[in-house]
Amino acid sequence: MPEIRNYTLNFGPQHPSAHGVLRLVLEMDGEVIERADPHIGLLHRATEKLAEYKPYNQSIGYMDRLDYVSMMCNEHGYVRAIEKLLDVPVPERAQYIRTLFDEITRILNHLMWLAAHALDIGAMSMFLYCFREREDLMDCYEAVSGARMHATYYRPGGVHRDLPDRMPQYAGKSKWHSARAIAKRNAARGGSLLDFIEDFTDRFPGHVDEYETLLTDNRIWKQRTVDIGVVSPERALQLGFTGPMLRGSGVEWDLRKKQPYAAYDKVDFDIPVGVNGDSYDRYLVRIEEMRQSNRIIRQCVDWLRANPGPVSIDDHKVVPPKRATVKSDMEALIHHFKLFSEGYCPPPGEVYAAVEAPKGEFGCYIISDGANKPYRLKVRAPGFPHLAALDEMSRGHMLADVVAIIGTLDIVFGEIDR
Amino acid sequence: MATHSLTRNARLDALAVSIREHFADQGCELIEAPGELTLVVPAERLLDVALTLRDHQDFRFEQLIDLCGVDYAAYGQSEWETDEASFTGFGRGVDRDLDVESEDPERFAVAVHLLSVAFNRRLRLRVYAGGDRPMVDSLIPVWAAANWFEREAFDLYGILFKGHPDLRRILTDYGFVGHPFRKDFPLIGQVEMRYDPEQARVVYEPVSIEPRVLVPRVIRSDSRYVGTGVDKETGDA
Repeated sequence: MPEIRNYTLNFGPQHPSAHGVLRLVLEMDGEVIERADPHIGLLHRATEKLAEYKPYNQSIGYMDRLDYVSMMCNEHGYVRAIEKLLDVPVPERAQYIRTLFDEITRILNHLMWLAAHALDIGAMSMFLYCFREREDLMDCYEAVSGARMHATYYRPGGVHRDLPDRMPQYAGKSKWHSARAIAKRNAARGGSLLDFIEDFTDRFPGHVDEYETLLTDNRIWKQRTVDIGVVSPERALQLGFTGPMLRGSGVEWDLRKKQPYAAYDKVDFDIPVGVNGDSYDRYLVRIEEMRQSNRIIRQCVDWLRANPGPVSIDDHKVVPPKRATVKSDMEALIHHFKLFSEGYCPPPGEVYAAVEAPKGEFGCYIISDGANKPYRLKVRAPGFPHLAALDEMSRGHMLADVVAIIGTLDIVFGEIDR
Repeated sequence: MATHSLTRNARLDALAVSIREHFADQGCELIEAPGELTLVVPAERLLDVALTLRDHQDFRFEQLIDLCGVDYAAYGQSEWETDEASFTGFGRGVDRDLDVESEDPERFAVAVHLLSVAFNRRLRLRVYAGGDRPMVDSLIPVWAAANWFEREAFDLYGILFKGHPDLRRILTDYGFVGHPFRKDFPLIGQVEMRYDPEQARVVYEPVSIEPRVLVPRVIRSDSRYVGTGVDKETGDA
């Protein structure tokens, strides 16, 4: 009898359903996975080491580039750690703006996840629908920070600036679009950013209904996700799962509720929890999270309309003074110079601050020795332990299911490789 | 009861009391800071302490949230002594050579962040791994999540984890030499690579970038920011 050997298959690092640069070495028995060995690090940029060589504020921009589909949530984790280290307060309006943009980011991330996950499993049209809504949210990013993705909008002590009164509009004349088409695109952009966001929240639940019509009861979708990658609640805790991966397994744990930060203790929302811990439940959890995010955004818009106020603290040891005052006030000029040439020196100590990023717990561990640069920065990326569990989750499944499991993990290599 | 709490958090204060009860006589040291509890554990006691923290009814730390290496070799060193600043400006006064003491037994540490979902509180463990050949016990038998985190700490710092089933490099390139996050490893690295059209392959060469310091590392001990915040209970645990 001939000797039967397992087949070793190399998957990636350049593969459209690997969600970036993932190299998987799969040991297979026929079409059944015996062992999956992810090789990561192809996007390793040593963000943490770079941060050790820069004043605190200069690393905020690196945070955007970690999980590059949930940018502002990463910034939030980092600036919260600095604020905890410095022991500075954050004005209430800034807290609400952060809550608002964290939730916009959550929808952005979940749309990206849904688009890619559905595309991997074969539902092509989802990709187009999800990117339609992402476009509006990217415009919110752009209106508030000038950048569609890498915003660097959150700063220790608040946010960079207040929400704009005018939403940018498309130009009135174009070679490519008719005047009517441009007027239609500008329809929701007549007022302020908050008006635009409110208009989005009116439309968005209907869009989520559309996604659900296409997927939730779809026979093919269910065949591909139900009972795929089942994780028990005990195992999920053991494996260090957080966020929707943990909630999909039925553990009711959300930092926004359990250890509230920003304005999450002042807004009303619910936490969806799965039952079976399979890919389908995680899909349902994320869909419901989008609806809940919409609810939170709505409440934040109402509050921000009614409560104008400062968006960053008045302490110029941490936040730069206004440009106009720098030109007339000696003290402001000194503060400005010191802040940009040297930065601030927090007291020695170590802090860990975490936020509920769309993918799970995003935490920053900073060790300070009293210098103007962090002595050590460790970024706790939620995707890292999730991908580590790929081996355990995919054992015994078919090759095509590996793609579904990678999809359900919601992986982004920017944060895993750092 | 106590009028002034160091952690500013009632849940953490309760945890501090039970930690003192259990680990007082085992050489562990408990450090309290606002919203933070750190337990310094001797390397030889790590597995026992970890098991107690996971299984004992007073603790129930079901989750290992994070594990990372730390290199304390250059802790507290600055590039520019500002006391004499008016005589030596940055250009002349800067001292770029870090003084790295590689034999110091407290050079390398492993920091572990634990989370108790049942009690909603966090704890940090710190274990000193030694300086010359840093080694600690692997935490995989206690928390499965430690696997990749330990591989990362090994890759970046060269800390060995006794009992780890598969201690391979994880983030750096295949064939990488050295441990890049150590304080004596230069930021610009040791080698650079390019495609050589003559040899028709990728070649590695010693790095050609000049290292430069744009903003000097300065330590100021006046702690201007302490106490500027509102003295409120922190939401973190």
